[in-house]
Amino acid sequence: MEFQITKKAKNVAFGLMGLGALLTIIGVALSASDHHFFTRFMASGLISGFFFFALGLGALFFLALKYATETGWYAAVKRVIEAVAGFLPVGMIILGVVLLVLTIADGAHIYSWMDPEVQAHDEIVRHKAAYLNKPFFWIRTLAYFTTYFLFWRGFKNRSLEEDRVGGTELHFKNYKRGALFLVFFAVFSSTSAWDWIMSIDVHWFSTLFGWYTFAGMWCSTMVVLVLTTLYLKTLGYLPNVNDSHIHDLGKWTFATSFLWSYMWFSQFMLIWYANIGEEVVYFQTRIAEFKVLYFGMFIINFAFPMLILMSRDAKRNAGILVFVGLMILMGHWLDVYVMVSAGALGANAKIGALEIGMALLMAGTFIFVVLRNLSKAPLTPVNHPFLDESNHHEI
Amino acid sequence: MSDKVLYVMYDDDEVLKNSAKKLVAKGVKIAEVFSPFPIHGIDSIIGVKNTRLGIMAFLYGLTGLTLATIGMRFLMITDWPMNIGGKPNFSYLENMLAFVPISFEFTVMCAAHGMAITYLLRNKTLPGMPAQNPDPRTTDDKFVMEIRLSDNQNISEADLDGMLQEIGFFELDKKEIK
Repeated sequence: MEFQITKKAKNVAFGLMGLGALLTIIGVALSASDHHFFTRFMASGLISGFFFFALGLGALFFLALKYATETGWYAAVKRVIEAVAGFLPVGMIILGVVLLVLTIADGAHIYSWMDPEVQAHDEIVRHKAAYLNKPFFWIRTLAYFTTYFLFWRGFKNRSLEEDRVGGTELHFKNYKRGALFLVFFAVFSSTSAWDWIMSIDVHWFSTLFGWYTFAGMWCSTMVVLVLTTLYLKTLGYLPNVNDSHIHDLGKWTFATSFLWSYMWFSQFMLIWYANIGEEVVYFQTRIAEFKVLYFGMFIINFAFPMLILMSRDAKRNAGILVFVGLMILMGHWLDVYVMVSAGALGANAKIGALEIGMALLMAGTFIFVVLRNLSKAPLTPVNHPFLDESNHHEI
Repeated sequence: MSDKVLYVMYDDDEVLKNSAKKLVAKGVKIAEVFSPFPIHGIDSIIGVKNTRLGIMAFLYGLTGLTLATIGMRFLMITDWPMNIGGKPNFSYLENMLAFVPISFEFTVMCAAHGMAITYLLRNKTLPGMPAQNPDPRTTDDKFVMEIRLSDNQNISEADLDGMLQEIGFFELDKKEIK
């Protein structure tokens, strides 16, 4: 359609994939003889697989939220959100493969509850077995994937159909489906975070964990939406997207950063305050083995957006948004890294060629898939009922 | 100093905005607009300076944060070391996490109250103060634009009248100020 992937963008995407693949191979060669190699390899796959899957899922959630609230301003950037959400099928395949290999390998010391040896000797794991067992884990995982996929396909098809037929019938259908998705997502965002991430530290639990993971996902998605919109603007696309749209996306980045920090602090402070042995152990591991990374990423993800994005002018400045965006995108990747690695590897975890390689490989794939999605549909949803409002958006 | 003020009334905010745009384009300075609700985008049209309330909010917030820190440190550490979950009670820094919510709340409270009081003082709208709008209908469904002749010395009153007749209005009222 109107957007064509430039040769340069294609080169960057494939270059990232190539560099990532190369680094991954180097990483494998360097640590293949290592005792923890397989655990580290799979942990790295889970980190980047989950992080990039979450970007697509966050965009799907954001789209559903806009439908359910009948928001007007976003119509001009709707196709960008849809393109990012369009990474979901690819992300699900990659995350699905990682989870499948982990299941076949009896958890590979990451999901230790999958290991029959651990099940036999660990009483706490045995008590949790009614929920944390392989068949039920896969029933839930497939339920999440199917639900997300069906909703994503429905939103996408209706959005393209709306371009052809117009009217408000599809709009009200989207409104209902958006609200319905939020109901599912409210439960699934929590339980999937427990299943995929929290069960790594199988003895530990936090009721806030699902929201914490979700807040991180949402914030990273908003950064990606800002960056993609700014990229399209610099190429001269999206003529109707003005400073106010960018400002609004910047505000979302700012707000979701605060949401994430609030969740981080709430979880940390309550456990620190109560000081119960089986709860604080989670943070003791992180402070003992990941002190710089753990608090460093908190400062990046909280202080950076707070200090730099606070003023109105900063949220309208492309350079500042890109700089802060890339910083907190990296910060949230580090967050997922610590969430997975601390439980899976503890003191043996490190960020090497393997971790960076897989992240770059996934980043290249992500960029390519999103750009290809953008080129598949017109960049303006011509019959969106709120398009006119969005074109005159001014704050 | 004697001055003459024109009160131009409209019954729609969009119409007022369009008229204001046309008048400003012709070089007329509009002193003030009275409206029952905020009119979106009118500030930039009539050239109202950006508010400095945000700077004051930051200063009030900083005051709140400082007061809260001093207060909690004195009450909970210095004056009577408080046992916080069995943690070392001689150090503020090591118990910082417990003090974060209170610091935050007190910062917000000081910023919010400070802003509200500053706003009322600066606009001279403290409870009981005399109203400043020229017509009580601007608190209901009418919108009034105030043009002062002293602000527009290079435009004669007749010219201004002509412009207004051409642009249109709901009601026009003139008043001498001594």
